[in-house]
Amino acid sequence: MVSGQSLRRRWLSRAGFYGLALLFMLPTVFVFYWMITLSLKPQVEATAYPPSFVRFSITTAGYREVFTKYPFFLYTWNSLVVATGCTLLGLAVGLPAAYSIAHWRQQRLAVIILVARIIPGIAYLIPWYIFFRHLRMVDTYGALILTHLIVGLPIIIWVMISFFEDVPADLEDAGLIDGCSHFGVFWRIALPLVKPGVVATGILSFVFSWNNFLFSVILAGRSTRTLPIAVYNMISYEEINWGTLAAAATLITLPVLVVALLAQRHIVTGLTFGAVKQ
Amino acid sequence: MLVATIIVYPIVYTGWMSLHEWFASSLTGPRFIGLANYAKIVVGDARFREAVVRTIYFTIVAVAAETVLGVAMALLFNREFWGRGLLRTLAILPMVATPTAIALVFVMMYHPTLGVANYLVTVAGLSPFRWTYSSQTALYALALVDVWQWTPLIMLIALAGLASLPREPYEAAHLDGATPLQSFWHITLPLLRPTLVVAILFRSIDALKTFDIIFVMTQGGPANASETINILLFNQAFSYFNMGYAASMAVALFALVMGASLILIKVRRSAAW
Repeated sequence: MVSGQSLRRRWLSRAGFYGLALLFMLPTVFVFYWMITLSLKPQVEATAYPPSFVRFSITTAGYREVFTKYPFFLYTWNSLVVATGCTLLGLAVGLPAAYSIAHWRQQRLAVIILVARIIPGIAYLIPWYIFFRHLRMVDTYGALILTHLIVGLPIIIWVMISFFEDVPADLEDAGLIDGCSHFGVFWRIALPLVKPGVVATGILSFVFSWNNFLFSVILAGRSTRTLPIAVYNMISYEEINWGTLAAAATLITLPVLVVALLAQRHIVTGLTFGAVKQ
Repeated sequence: MLVATIIVYPIVYTGWMSLHEWFASSLTGPRFIGLANYAKIVVGDARFREAVVRTIYFTIVAVAAETVLGVAMALLFNREFWGRGLLRTLAILPMVATPTAIALVFVMMYHPTLGVANYLVTVAGLSPFRWTYSSQTALYALALVDVWQWTPLIMLIALAGLASLPREPYEAAHLDGATPLQSFWHITLPLLRPTLVVAILFRSIDALKTFDIIFVMTQGGPANASETINILLFNQAFSYFNMGYAASMAVALFALVMGASLILIKVRRSAAW
């Protein structure tokens, strides 16, 4: 029999738990909340002090300005092209690489991939910049896609190695006996089995490319500028509307958030480079 | 093989470049000067040394705060409760959000007179800060953004670690009359250590390399107060086009990150008893 007092204590501890939980998660929610509400506020209210948290008038002026005053459609298109290109190329190169590392246990290659995770991106940027300038490829999609590979590719390979290792060797042997080539085994047997991994790493690679700032700020020019660079350039203009800035920030962030939510389970695996098996 | 080429070749080139003096803006080619660039960064360049100290300090402050908060949250959330899925969703959002955009939002929140951060600070009864606008607080304000973005990662890793802990030691400790604090200190923490070291390793690697938020929010200022190696080296390479010198800094930064990783890996090994 549960006494009234212990019931009350349980209720209190549960209330305390949710109170603490709320306290911990509040900053996370607040920053996004603030970004979105700022983007909807008219300029006077966006910079009002004290700021208004709940009651404010809503306007789409910020969003309209983003698209009318700046070529935001072009930037979005650029970001899409680069992120998609980088992801497809990354999968095309990374999946066979991961398969061969897993299948023939090429530990040394695996270590190289791990080192790529440690090397500062800027150490890549210097040779690339010299190289692409030499080829007159600065400000082309090609240069951006190739450089963004360095953020996406190691994650694709590293995470996919563990996926491919889980493919039963018997199945592959059966394929070989039935007359499949190694590529055939990879394509018809292994690949369909690791489809979830492909989707997850593809999404991660897309997100990383979409978010990339360092490589694009140097290698993107007027016609290939991606969203993070466009937004960064907006800050340097004096006296820009906060509403407009927040609208731009929201527009960049929202697609990644939506995409990430679809693949939440695998995001952590990728972010921790597979240190935690989910 | 192709993959190895993409990854290895640029690095070798950077290493080779670091032995040269070359301004990419000039017409003359690179001139081989041996280790002179390294001698310069180690002995001659006080600004670089400050940047090294700053980078390490930033990393320690940010990662320490993330670890303490992340573990605390993991302990709190390590149970069945309504809204667990929602929690994970919320935890993932800051990590995937575009850093440039987040930095932009924080720039507006940190505004000394109009920003919401100072409003909240005042409501809490403190005097307002100047955040990224003062050389005394800039580095901490930037570390706070990093903490906001990456504490959830430590929490998620720690949660996964907690879930794999055995139950028996706790039952034994309970029978022996240990307090929850004691069992946390003597059981949870030692058992969790390998997992935590991995989490700290990943965070340290990335924190040492932090670029986006610092570049967008302060550009290393005010008065170099937040100039980390990455920022200094970026400016050397792409404002002054001093490629050889920048390359030697890149190698130094790589050595630093590598060193930190090796130390942490060693800690992990020694913890695996």
